[in-house]
Amino acid sequence: MTGPGAVPGLLDRRLLFVTGKGGVGKTTIAAALALLAAEGGRRTLLCEVDAKGDVAAYFETGPTSFTPRQVLPGLSLMSMDTEASLREYLRLNLRIPVVGRIGPLAKVFDFVATAAPGVREILTVGKFCWEVRERHYDLVVVDASATGHIVGQLSAPQAINDLVKVGLIRSQTDWLVDILSDPAVTGLVIATTPEEMPVNETIELAGRVRDETTVALAAVIVNRVLPELFGRGEEQVFEELCRPAIAAELQRAARGDPTPVLDAARLAVTLRRTRATHLERLRAGIDPEVPMLYLPFLFTRLHGVRTIRQVAASLGEELGS
Amino acid sequence: MPPRRRKAPEGRRFSLDGLLASREIVVACGPGGVGKTTTAAAAAAMAAARLGGKVLVLTVDPARRLADALGLDGIGNAERRVPAEAFGSARVKPMGELWAAMLDTKESWDDLVRLHAPDARTRDEILSNPLYRNISGRFVQSHDYIAMERLFEIHATGAYDLIVVDTPPTRNALDFLDAPERMAEFFSSRLLRWLIVPYRSRLVNLASRPFYQVADRILGTQFLEDIAQFFILFQSMYDGFVERARAVHRLMADRRTSFIVVSTLEAVPLREAEFFAQSLMDRRLHLGAIVLNKVLPDYLRDPGGATVAERLRDRAEEVAGALAPSITSGDADQVRRVLAEIGRSYLDFRVVARREAEQRSELATVPEALVSVPYFDTDIYDMAGLLRLGQQLWGP
Repeated sequence: MTGPGAVPGLLDRRLLFVTGKGGVGKTTIAAALALLAAEGGRRTLLCEVDAKGDVAAYFETGPTSFTPRQVLPGLSLMSMDTEASLREYLRLNLRIPVVGRIGPLAKVFDFVATAAPGVREILTVGKFCWEVRERHYDLVVVDASATGHIVGQLSAPQAINDLVKVGLIRSQTDWLVDILSDPAVTGLVIATTPEEMPVNETIELAGRVRDETTVALAAVIVNRVLPELFGRGEEQVFEELCRPAIAAELQRAARGDPTPVLDAARLAVTLRRTRATHLERLRAGIDPEVPMLYLPFLFTRLHGVRTIRQVAASLGEELGS
Repeated sequence: MPPRRRKAPEGRRFSLDGLLASREIVVACGPGGVGKTTTAAAAAAMAAARLGGKVLVLTVDPARRLADALGLDGIGNAERRVPAEAFGSARVKPMGELWAAMLDTKESWDDLVRLHAPDARTRDEILSNPLYRNISGRFVQSHDYIAMERLFEIHATGAYDLIVVDTPPTRNALDFLDAPERMAEFFSSRLLRWLIVPYRSRLVNLASRPFYQVADRILGTQFLEDIAQFFILFQSMYDGFVERARAVHRLMADRRTSFIVVSTLEAVPLREAEFFAQSLMDRRLHLGAIVLNKVLPDYLRDPGGATVAERLRDRAEEVAGALAPSITSGDADQVRRVLAEIGRSYLDFRVVARREAEQRSELATVPEALVSVPYFDTDIYDMAGLLRLGQQLWGP
């Protein structure tokens, strides 16, 4: 492990929260990070917070639950369940016979949690911190809430400090804050795509994470980067190819109507160019110290563990491992 | 043959014009990141341009440039008219008026408390309660509730002929529909009253005492008292909430309201959208259309195009040799690279386009109400762009 002060490698941390706007591939990236870590010999736990079952589907395995289950060498999956987390928490901390009464207690907790954001979040974040503290895994990767909710989750321990003055939960928040605030231990990864709204949200989120939480931004991962079609001077060549006279020659040489291919190339160039401006905005809006990793657009028939392996391989190259 | 734009080789296309002309409320819903906000704005802009009357787009979280295009500076809840000049720059003379409003959750909550609070003292106590401030500012589900509440309120004023609503991104696409009922349920629960009891009367029966002891140990007495106090205050507004929840529900199910599900053809959003469409039908709510955004153009699936692309990729040198003498801006090697590259790129995009077409044909839920919107080559950030997208939704 890296000593204090130094910036550790992304996968050398112990706890990674992966967030991102809906639709940018947050779950895919969390899964790929976990797979990469496991393949690198780390005992890795991947946890899905909003249990939609996507993680299980990507690994082509049965539904996940609160109890971690190993699906590949070194890689276990679980899904968050705040009631189960509360149960475990009480069993570990109270050591009084409450098990019989947990039913109504959990329901009341539901109400309390709804009224006071922080309670549910702390059961979620607390579980991960506990796994880190107990060293059950080398790395816990969290497929966390989308950008809209992650700040609430990460700042829950402080929020609880403000609302709850005494009691067992209060007494627990300090060590949670310690784990979350140590950049060598915990990091946030924002997944995004080079499109307008995801870039806006990423920049805004990076600011809020800095101002409202103690968690370090460990990396921004830009997904679905389109390839550059033309090198220097080649775009003029393409423009010439599109001229009617040349296009007619091209039709003869290529033995068919080149229009769809030329149209498609123009679309690809424009898409790439629009995205390039968003990428520039992203780079300008994020602290230059934060590593930015790029994943190529996958022109594949998708899905499942093959996709995850491809993404993991690209991530591995970006991380230089 | 010169390159030219191709028309999509499709027969009758479903379009949104009929829906927008006949409904009072159109709710755009679907997974996040698929262009829901832009679609709602485009539909409203088009309705204002073509139908006349007053059209309002109630939006949740527009991109900065879209907000600018709509004249929203992101402050407050008030509805504002989009200046007619905005249409002028797109060379369109609108038949009606386009209005826009953004949802400010915190401000809407405060309005709601002012509306429902039985007296000034309760109102002030609620507004200054720390838990209330937490709920109204951060409680995620409260966005859903407020969106529905605001819609109801604006519709009740009768000021608009058509309201197009953009729904907040939710963990579960159905959350916002249930939000009013859940909120009413929340304030009426038996459990809640149970939680409040010990702070109302100091009489706690023996059976429940261990529970309170545990709760005390975990949360601390002060916190529990704060919570109880908050709920006691809020219960005074209970009747108002329940009544509203019922009214909102009736409005959603009314024949004047329709839903459009917005998605892309990517696997994950599409799965969510299909589930959502099915759920709307299960609830007997009116599913007006499914709008598929960012659909790749049909020419990517042209069999002739694929043959040419393969030839360019595999025999670039040969083709370049034939063309090079006519090209002035680059040498034979550059021509070869460009040809190979555009061939390869076509075949790459073709894989995605074919996958998407396959998924579109499998979208069996409402085949008669499927609107495909092509991939626009630039982002939409002004009225001209919105109307360009609107044109696709509108049909010929």
